[in-house]
Amino acid sequence: MQVKMTVNGEEREADVEARMLLVHYLRDELGLTGTHWGCDTSNCGTCTVAVDGQAIKSCTMLAAMAGGRDVETVEGVAVGGELDPVQEGFMREHGLQCGFCTPGMIMTARWLLARDPDPDEATIREAISGNLCRCTGYENIVRAVRWAAEHPEGATDAEEVSA
Amino acid sequence: MTATDVPISAEGNPIGFGRMHRKEDARFLRGAGKYVDDVTLPGMLHGAILRSPIAHARITSIDTSAAEAHPKVKAVITGQTLEGLGLAWMPTLSQDTQSVLCTDKVRFQGQEVAFVIAEDKYSARDALQLIDVDYEPLDAVVDAKHALDDDAPIVRDDLEGRTDNHIYDWEAGDATKCDEVFRNAEVVVTQEMLYPRVHPAPMETCGSVASMDPISGKLTIWTTTQAPHAHRTLYALVAGLPEHKIQVISPDIGGGFGNKVGIYPGYVCSIVGSIVTGKPVKWMEDRSENLMSTSFARDYHMTGSIAATRDGKIQGLKVDVLADHGAFNGVAQPTKFPAGFFHIFTGSYDYDAAHCNVTAVYTNKAPGGVAYACSFRVTEAVYLVERMVDCLADELGMDPAELRMNNLLKPEQFPYTTPTGWEYDSGDYPRALDEAMRIAGYDELRTEQAEKRRAYEAGESSMLMGIGISFFTEGVGAGPRKHMDILGLGMADGCELRIHPTGKAVVRLSVQSQGQGHETTFAQIISHELGIPPEDIDVVHGDTDNTPFGLGTYGSRSTPVSGAAAAVVARRVKDKSRIIAAAALECSPDDLEWEHGRWFVKGDPDNGKTIQDIAMAAHSSLELPEGVEGHLDATAVYDPPELTYPFGAYICVTDVDAGTGEVKVRRFIAVDDCGPRINPMIVEGQVHGGVADGIGMALMELIAFERDGTNLGGSFMDYLLPTSMECPSYELGETVTPSPHHPLGVKGVGESATVGSPAAVVNSVLDAIGVRAADMPLTPAVVWRAMQGSPLRMDLALE
Ligand code: FES
Ligand code: FES
Repeated sequence: MQVKMTVNGEEREADVEARMLLVHYLRDELGLTGTHWGCDTSNCGTCTVAVDGQAIKSCTMLAAMAGGRDVETVEGVAVGGELDPVQEGFMREHGLQCGFCTPGMIMTARWLLARDPDPDEATIREAISGNLCRCTGYENIVRAVRWAAEHPEGATDAEEVSA
Repeated sequence: MTATDVPISAEGNPIGFGRMHRKEDARFLRGAGKYVDDVTLPGMLHGAILRSPIAHARITSIDTSAAEAHPKVKAVITGQTLEGLGLAWMPTLSQDTQSVLCTDKVRFQGQEVAFVIAEDKYSARDALQLIDVDYEPLDAVVDAKHALDDDAPIVRDDLEGRTDNHIYDWEAGDATKCDEVFRNAEVVVTQEMLYPRVHPAPMETCGSVASMDPISGKLTIWTTTQAPHAHRTLYALVAGLPEHKIQVISPDIGGGFGNKVGIYPGYVCSIVGSIVTGKPVKWMEDRSENLMSTSFARDYHMTGSIAATRDGKIQGLKVDVLADHGAFNGVAQPTKFPAGFFHIFTGSYDYDAAHCNVTAVYTNKAPGGVAYACSFRVTEAVYLVERMVDCLADELGMDPAELRMNNLLKPEQFPYTTPTGWEYDSGDYPRALDEAMRIAGYDELRTEQAEKRRAYEAGESSMLMGIGISFFTEGVGAGPRKHMDILGLGMADGCELRIHPTGKAVVRLSVQSQGQGHETTFAQIISHELGIPPEDIDVVHGDTDNTPFGLGTYGSRSTPVSGAAAAVVARRVKDKSRIIAAAALECSPDDLEWEHGRWFVKGDPDNGKTIQDIAMAAHSSLELPEGVEGHLDATAVYDPPELTYPFGAYICVTDVDAGTGEVKVRRFIAVDDCGPRINPMIVEGQVHGGVADGIGMALMELIAFERDGTNLGGSFMDYLLPTSMECPSYELGETVTPSPHHPLGVKGVGESATVGSPAAVVNSVLDAIGVRAADMPLTPAVVWRAMQGSPLRMDLALE
């Protein structure tokens, strides 16, 4: 079937099987391999993307269900190649190791900050609890999100120098 | 060099050791990492594996005709196909054999039976349904405790003359002396415990993309491997392919933790698939396949005994282990040590005698047996001794911190030879425990705990509080060639360093990162030695065509072995740079002194050459002394003289709801001594992740089985990983005791916290509920039942 959606600001259209999952559509049809796939049971969150601004596990949605909607993946986050504050927070606070959970974590964190620009630790922990990370033990991810909350415009010039 | 001495580069990075953001992050943050499943080649086909639904059954027939007739299927491979190629069985890393695709009978649920290759992955999966297999079910051996019973079904009747499920007996220490110590001891405590079967479960599952070029005969395989060079050699030996025509590429790896050390049947199938179809073939397992068929960890049934005087001087430790290796002995460890480094079980204390015996058996469960960041079974060893010390403290009515402090090895005892033959290089154990107790505020915690218990006993509250300690010593950096090899391959690592004319560098490693940040750490090692800014140093790894030979990343060996190789290679370059600098400055090399990336004339600090100047001079027409070649590069192979011995003291504070058995980890204090820290940020990250692993194993993670061998941990619905909700904020501390024999003094840290933390969590929970023993995972049900005096056995379903 024909599906048409906006992905990272661009109109995309393709002929796919009705059963195709959104995660596979993004990865295999569009080549957007930043969105990962890590489980069969919607537990891991490595596939998280934004659909109309909502953080969605893209393995729980058919590509067809995203028809006509606005999908954003990790590839769409860094505007003009510049890291956004969430990405920068992950780098500064060492919120990633193998990087496999990272795109999903970033998409979840962006969704949280869009709704709650100043979340406390407990709120952050709850928000990312559907995203598993096997490497970091989560603490630095929590710090990364806090960093982003404290730096909505990214690093200041002074921090740039000391970084 | 302390952090404050380290010069800072133009980009703000330390020129040497210190905190520095990771170079690899730029791509991961943008979704531009390249993992195996991100590899797409022109004309690539997709493979899927048909797996056995039954744990033990003879296969009487396989009919693949309907699958082959599927319009999108290109080929179906069975054990019979492979038999024709001599590939139906492959060697494991511990001299056993493992079935690639089944030819006779299946021996565990999830075993590989057939491989379908199709145009797309959905069709490959569809076609699995079209394969008709006739299974004749057999009784299964699931409980290791009955694997050696006379009437136990034989798992490995494929092995010549095999009449039981026994794999090996292995012992270490002095049994006679140990018996004598126990006979004369005032106090002996014996405790059975199970370190249950768990799984490393990296977020990226295992997979491969194989591409055989029919013209050149070159096989390229992108694969989730922690040991690309070892895999290449094994493919050459097993498949008979010429080794120079095999390129193994381990691209970005989404976590390994030991899961990606071995060779899995799927990798072999993708290679055969590419040969058969003439097209590249991708195989990626799903999560259930990962949990049900790839290398598990632990599954150690242990009975420990500890002997001591009544006033708490530990005298002896002995342990009998029944090791469940599953259907094939797929353990990865140095050949001489079938039970890995388990005989480091005496831990951090001094004894008169110690002894262990390990008996390993086959069962109808998935193969593997050493994985999940365990430092070759040091995890089981540390758990054993740290639980036994707590049992002893309970018996003696002593505070477990005091009992440990009184028995820890003293700094003046190093280098120390353990009763089982390990030579610990260096340590100051009491200092680490003191530091952990200081951070924890140990005495106040005990006061708070007493108040909580009083309120509980008075019926005012259901909440109890526990304080658990674990002190660990690991032996890492395998290993010295004189003692250690895997399948005959010595465990040394190569390294190559090239300085370009403009002073930028490229360093090529034999090890591979699965998230440890090698691109940053190894640049910092070179930077530390040569004064080149880390941003000017490129680290190449994970591609056998472009890196020197070495055995890979596991057992916390990268920094102890490969890190030493990097230091050695940099020092060779530095030595040569001195000669070239002397030629350029028209003086003798002996007249030169080194500081921060430049050689200068002694007593005339302005008269010198930076490493960048020297690099250009080395490539220029400058006349060099007789016998000195131009250019600036070097190679090295590092054979570690001994292992390194990181250690640490951990304290876990838990709150336990006695009404529900629910455990909350309130605090976790980790004081690690891994020698000098190359990048403290990365070291701390390694510790964080390891503590989370420990919390997971202690409280949630378990691969259990039905009595018929059905796997009960085959998805993330059943196999629970800790989330952000179960993990606390970690409180870290450090002491620094350099290794005397490592060129940088560093000891390795990748697995320290996974090794050390489970015992701290378990000790804490048991301390809270006042029960001497209960087995992991301490789920609410286990805790509650333990409080009622009827502990649950969790590794097998109830009868
Ligand atoms: S792939 Fe695991 S939640 Fe989507
Ligand atoms: S960084 Fe590896 S899974 Fe999160």
